[in-house]
Amino acid sequence: MSVRVHVSRDAAALALGAEETAAALLRAAAAAGESIELVRTGSRGMVWLEPLVEVTVGNERIGYGPVQAHEVEALVREGLLKGGAHPKRLGVVDKLPYLASQQRLTFSRVGLIDPLDVDQYQQHEGYAGLTRALSLSGADIVKQVTDSGLRGRGGAAFPTGIKWKTVLDQQAEQKYIVCNADEGDSGTFSDRMLMEGDPFCLIEGMTIAGLAVGATQGYIYLRVEYPHAEIALRAAIATARQRGMLGRNVLGSGRSFELDVRMGAGAYICGEETSLLESLEGKRAEVRFRPPLPAIKGLFGRPTVINNVITFASLPIILARGAEFYRDYGMGRSRGTLPFQLAGNIRHGGLVERAFGLTLRELLYDYGGGSASGRPIRAVQVGGPLGAYVPESQFDTPLDYEAFTGIGALVGHGGIVAFDDTVDMARMARYAMEFCAAESCGKCTPCRIGSTRGVEVIDRIIAGQQREANLALLTDLCDTMQYGSLCGLGGMTPFPVVSAMKHFPEDFSRKG
Amino acid sequence: MAEIDTAWLTAVDRIVAAHADQPGALLPILHAVQKELGFIPPEVVGRIAEGLNLSRADVHGVISFYHYFRTHRPGKHVVQLCRAEACQAWQGQATEAHAKQCLGVDYHGTTADGDFTLEAVYCLGNCAAGPSAMIDDKLYGRVTPERLEQLLAQHRRQS
Repeated sequence: MSVRVHVSRDAAALALGAEETAAALLRAAAAAGESIELVRTGSRGMVWLEPLVEVTVGNERIGYGPVQAHEVEALVREGLLKGGAHPKRLGVVDKLPYLASQQRLTFSRVGLIDPLDVDQYQQHEGYAGLTRALSLSGADIVKQVTDSGLRGRGGAAFPTGIKWKTVLDQQAEQKYIVCNADEGDSGTFSDRMLMEGDPFCLIEGMTIAGLAVGATQGYIYLRVEYPHAEIALRAAIATARQRGMLGRNVLGSGRSFELDVRMGAGAYICGEETSLLESLEGKRAEVRFRPPLPAIKGLFGRPTVINNVITFASLPIILARGAEFYRDYGMGRSRGTLPFQLAGNIRHGGLVERAFGLTLRELLYDYGGGSASGRPIRAVQVGGPLGAYVPESQFDTPLDYEAFTGIGALVGHGGIVAFDDTVDMARMARYAMEFCAAESCGKCTPCRIGSTRGVEVIDRIIAGQQREANLALLTDLCDTMQYGSLCGLGGMTPFPVVSAMKHFPEDFSRKG
Repeated sequence: MAEIDTAWLTAVDRIVAAHADQPGALLPILHAVQKELGFIPPEVVGRIAEGLNLSRADVHGVISFYHYFRTHRPGKHVVQLCRAEACQAWQGQATEAHAKQCLGVDYHGTTADGDFTLEAVYCLGNCAAGPSAMIDDKLYGRVTPERLEQLLAQHRRQS
C-alpha cells in the first residue's frame, strides 16, 4: 500500500521551494523502492514551516518542516515515510498549538484537501450550503446572511445582508455578482490562500449570492500578481461547469449561474469597488461618484453585488450550518471569524483564523512569537497601506471593527505587518504618501495633488526645514485629503501618516 | 520593421476577433496582446481601437493607466521586486538597492545586455516570507541581497 504524502502548492510554499521538495520526494521514494501518493494541497498557513511535508500515518498527518529538496533523501532514509523521529518532525499537524487553537470556519479545508478535487470538497461539507440555499427563496437566503451578522471582509465592514437586500429589491433583466479579488494591501494574503487552497468555496459562495439576488452572471476580478490563483480558479470553474455546479442548471435545480475570471493589471485602486467596475467594463479604473450605489447601478449599469473573496467564502458555512452558528462567534457587532494574516518582521508569520475579539498582542506574541529579528516590535500596521500604525501601548485592543475605529485605526482585511525598533516612522509616513501618489486614479484633487505635496512636505520635515510649520501643514493636508477625497485611497492615506506623527513624534524631530 | 508590423497586426486582429463579443473586452485583449508580443507596441493601438469601435485615445488612456501594461519591449527576464510595507519591514530596501546596483538600472530600466528589466511591484501576497520577488512568472521568498544575486546569475545563464 502506498503512503499518502501532502505538500502544498500554495504560492508562498512554492516561493520557499515546495515544488523542488515535492519532486525530490518522488525521486527519493522511487530510489528507496517505496510507493507514495503525493497530494498537492493548499497551505496550512504556517509559512515559516514551508515547505511542509505531511505524511499520513494511520488516521493522522505527521508534519516535517521546513524541508528543502536537498534534505529529502536523508529524511526518507531515516524513516519520514513511516512518520519516524527526526529533528524536523513537528508531530501531528492538527495538534500543533498554532492550528489547534484556531477557529477555522472559512479556511476549514485549506491545506487539508486537494483544492481541485471537487469530490474531496464535497466530502468536507462542500456544496452543503448551496444545496440548502436551493431550498430557500432569495429573500430567505438574504435573511440568513443578515442574521449571521456577516460584514464585508474586504475592509469596509458593511453588512453583507443589507447590500444584498438592495440588489434583491431591484427590478432588472440582468444583475451581476462581482468578486473583488484585487487583494492589493500589503500584509494580506488570505484571499490568495483561499483561492489557491479552496477555490470551490469561493465558487459556491458566489453561486449562493447569485441565487439570493437573482443574478445569473458572476465575475471574479483577480489581480495579475496572483498567477497561481488564476490557474486554480480557472481549473475549478471548468470542473464545476463540467459537473453541473455552474451553468444553466445548477445542481439540477433549473437555476442558472455562470462565472468568469477577469485579470486586473497592477492598479491598486481597483480594490475600490467602483473603480474595479470601471476596469471590468474595459476602462481606466477611475473611481465613480456615489450615489448611485453599485447595488443599484453597478457593472454595465446593472444592479450588482460586489464583495470580497472572504465574504463570499464565508457563505457556504453560514448556509450549511445556519446564521446562528456563525453569529455565535465574535464580539459586539463584529460577528463570526476573520482570517488574520501575520506578516512583515514576525517569527511565525502566516494565517490565523479566529473569532473577533482576541487582542493584537495575542496575535503578535502567542501566534507570531514576536519579531523575526528578535528585537522589540515597535509599530504594527493593521489593515493594509491605508491602515494606522499602532504602537505597543495599544496592543491590548481587541480585534473588533468598532474597538479599532475607537483608537483611530482599522481592522480592514485583517493584515498585520510588524516592524521592529529599527523602523523610521517618518520614512513610513513618507512611503504612505508616495504610494498614494503612485496609485491615485487622478480623478479628485485632494488625492492626486495632495499625495505628491505630502511627500514633499515630509521630505522637508525629515531634512529639518521649518519643522513646526511643516508639521502643521502636513496635519492640515491630511485633513483635506481625509474629508475631501472621493474614495478611501486619498481619504485614508492620512491614517498611517497621522498615526505615525501622533505615536512616534520623535521620528519626525531627528537631527537631519 | 514593416514585416514585424504586419506580424503584430495579424496577431492583434486574431486576438481582437476572439474577444470582441465579450462585454468589457479591452483589458482581456490587452492582456492577450502583451502575453503574445511581450508588450503592447504603440503601432497596434489604432488597430485595437478600430476593432472595438473606440478612439485611439480611449485605448491609449487605458494602457497608460495600468502599471502592468508596457509599451516597450522588456528584457529577456522581468524582475519584479516588492516595495510594499511588509517587505520593507523585513529588509526589502536592502534587496532593492542591491538589485539596482547589480543590474545598473533603476525601476522600469532594462540592462544594457537586454537580459533583465527591473520593475517595482506593490505586494505579491507573500508577506510572511519577505522580501519577495517575482522573476518572470516564478515567485521567490526571503530574497536577501545574496539570494537575489544567485537568482540573477541562474537566469543570466539561462539566457
